[in-house]
Amino acid sequence: MKRHGWRLAATGIALLIIVPLAVVLASLFSPERDVWPHLLEHVLPGLLGNTLRLVLGVGIGVTLLGVSLAWLTAVCEFPGRRFFSWALLLPLALPAYVTAFVYVALLDFTGPLQTVLRELAGGPLVFPAIRSAGGVIMVMSLALYPYVYLLARNAFLTQGKRALEAAQSLGYSRRAGFFKVALPLARPWIMAGLLLALMETLADFGTVAVFNYDTFTTAIYKTWFGLFSLQGASQLASVLILLVFALIAAEQVSRRGLRFTQAGRHSRMERIILRGPSAWLASGFSALVLLLAFVIPVAQLLLWAEKVVAQDFDARYLGFLWHSLLLGALAAALIVAAALVLSYAQRQHGDGWTRAMARIATLGYAVPGPVLAVGIVIPLAWLDQQLIGAARNWFGIDSGLILQGTLLVMLPAYLTRFLAVGYNPLDSAMQRVTRNLDEAAQSLGLSGLAMVRRVHLPMLRGGLLSAAALVFVDVMKEMPITLMTRPFGWDTLAVRIFEMTSEGEWERAALPAVALVLAGLLPIALLIKNTDKS
Amino acid sequence: MRILKILFVGALVSLAAASACAAEVVVYSARNEQLIKPLFDAYSKESGVQVKFITDKEGALLQRLRAEGQNTPAELLLTVDAGNLWEAAREGLLKPVASQTLNANVPAHLRDPGSQWFGLSVRARTIFFNQQKVKPADLSTYEDLGSAKWKGRLCLRTSKKVYNQSLVAMMIAEHGEAKAEQVVKSWVANLATEPFPDDTKMLEAIAAGQCDAGIANTYYFGRLMEKKAGLALGIFWPNQQGSGVHVNVSGAGVVRHARHEKEAVALLEWLSSARAQNLFADVNLEYPVNPAVKADPLVAAWGGFRQNPLNVARAGELQAAAVKLMDRAGYR
Repeated sequence: MKRHGWRLAATGIALLIIVPLAVVLASLFSPERDVWPHLLEHVLPGLLGNTLRLVLGVGIGVTLLGVSLAWLTAVCEFPGRRFFSWALLLPLALPAYVTAFVYVALLDFTGPLQTVLRELAGGPLVFPAIRSAGGVIMVMSLALYPYVYLLARNAFLTQGKRALEAAQSLGYSRRAGFFKVALPLARPWIMAGLLLALMETLADFGTVAVFNYDTFTTAIYKTWFGLFSLQGASQLASVLILLVFALIAAEQVSRRGLRFTQAGRHSRMERIILRGPSAWLASGFSALVLLLAFVIPVAQLLLWAEKVVAQDFDARYLGFLWHSLLLGALAAALIVAAALVLSYAQRQHGDGWTRAMARIATLGYAVPGPVLAVGIVIPLAWLDQQLIGAARNWFGIDSGLILQGTLLVMLPAYLTRFLAVGYNPLDSAMQRVTRNLDEAAQSLGLSGLAMVRRVHLPMLRGGLLSAAALVFVDVMKEMPITLMTRPFGWDTLAVRIFEMTSEGEWERAALPAVALVLAGLLPIALLIKNTDKS
Repeated sequence: MRILKILFVGALVSLAAASACAAEVVVYSARNEQLIKPLFDAYSKESGVQVKFITDKEGALLQRLRAEGQNTPAELLLTVDAGNLWEAAREGLLKPVASQTLNANVPAHLRDPGSQWFGLSVRARTIFFNQQKVKPADLSTYEDLGSAKWKGRLCLRTSKKVYNQSLVAMMIAEHGEAKAEQVVKSWVANLATEPFPDDTKMLEAIAAGQCDAGIANTYYFGRLMEKKAGLALGIFWPNQQGSGVHVNVSGAGVVRHARHEKEAVALLEWLSSARAQNLFADVNLEYPVNPAVKADPLVAAWGGFRQNPLNVARAGELQAAAVKLMDRAGYR
């Protein structure tokens, strides 16, 4: 493809995402004078501190958990390493707000733990409050660390041993080698995962709502649903979009001038074999994270589901499951393809325009779902209006809505939300596919598509599969866009969870939540089967 | 290209054929599926009219209706709060319905003065207390929960829930902003712990003794007692000497651009009828809106009470003011 071809493709994809974002951003041109003075005086001051604390806390939490576990399972050897390397991805299948609800139920004053302790103590006792900043940060870190884990692990697995050997020959200890060589080399991957986790944190409402922890998103919801001002809510969301854009740009700038390469397959690292206490420490740590992030919440969900299964489970669940899987798979294919085009365009022609397009195209992930859903529905309704007009004029038919309520709408809608999830893993993997590699391939007579197929794609394999699995699982968990754009009667497992939780019946929501976890095992299993040959 | 054109026309014709089929009503509902499906199934059986519905949150449904405009497939909008219906009417999404049946079945304070929406079930928000620590005689009004004797003994749900926004909106309607703000501030000062994310959790906290009293919707209490019968929770009807118990409605209105208006009105009327009212309310332990219909025995056992006779539309009008007031009062 010629230079313009790539730019055009990148611009086209970005446009699809820019339209709904523009609908949100357009609100900035007509300030909501009624709402802002109130927000500035009574709402925002407290929220900004809260949001900052949450972002910092979750950022540190997911990085510590994700990187340490990735290093252990990718580079070291310890009892259970093989099992943990895939099992530690499982929390991906659990929506964060479900984990949150389980922990609040277990650890709050009325939960079983405190109740038993009170009975043992025979009176009131001091117990750290779960509904607190610490509680939210703990739960969100447990729910979101897999993004960092998955990507950092890809980095460590493809880093090769040369760099570490070189470090050791220069007299670095093993620890110094990790901090001074391996970690900086994995930076694009870690940042990509961290960005995903933080964008999700910023856009989250469900999880913080369970803790009644107020963040910037809380103000968005309050302005929309409480003050009936979608305009004001969109303005707040715009501020969020611009902030995230600045964050991403800063990260890009600080990375400028760095180059990353892939070590050949033959140079796969000899694993560092842990022995004695350090081996058991590694196993114990992995087990503890898995227990807290997955086993305990799922066990509690199973206990709840068991109580309602007789009353709520019926043949329709097959349909819910099928719809969830189908949407996840189709969206994963579409989004990974779009992400591939974007990151390829960037690689071929990393000019300012293409880079900017690629970055803008991933901003949808930082917008709270319902706000983005509105941004999607407004232009679509307009398009439908035009089509209906055309149908009336040309064919004399009163067609009713043509696009809305079809997959033609749902899939592009998911694209606007989840492109970042597909793009970030691919973009970091693309760092390994260097220019001199192209030259080498060309000297061997490979060029164009043949080079892409035989040289690039195999190198991108890990990134592609990670991207597809992440999108697949995220789409199945998604709620607001699914609710707003689904065809009549086309319910998914996430919609089912909504039906139960909207009236506070959390325990009945356990049944679809368990089904969602089971459905999420499929993409995770596929990912593991295809990447983990070590 | 020709094939594309044929396909396009074919698709349009089949869509048109589908939408021309008249014996169908399309409902956008913020009331969740398990609460409405049994009802619609019964209606289809009785009348032969199919009911198609889609569920979502109120805010999203309103925006969807607005974006779809005259092309919307929706005919009836069903929500769980008067404020949202009021907002839908304000945005011009609904149309007035002149129906003797609805006016007779739905008391005047539970429907829109402009006849754009009608309450279908009553949700009472009242006081609950720990029976081991509180005697009913200690309780009197919502406002009194702010008095010094409740210091450190009160539990509340978050102010972000529309039920509390409506409650405070009605207090503004009754007392004016200054007095209402004082009351809310006095509640906040009496809190035993941070506000709860939902009513059920709060009721459990009262039963467990984390606090002594709080305000919740009755059906959460009903559901909880069905599951854990032995809880030491009591129900109290406040403000019986004054304005009455705060109520809200779940209700519906006909969409402005409804294609099958007649069918939509017929469904709405049926929903207010004696036959449907029990199905509508009992499935979630709410109160029927139709005074001629008795509540579920479990609900009736909580005793009778006097409702606040102010029109619930006031909750919508004053909701934004209530939200701002609660922010000022530091009620999270």
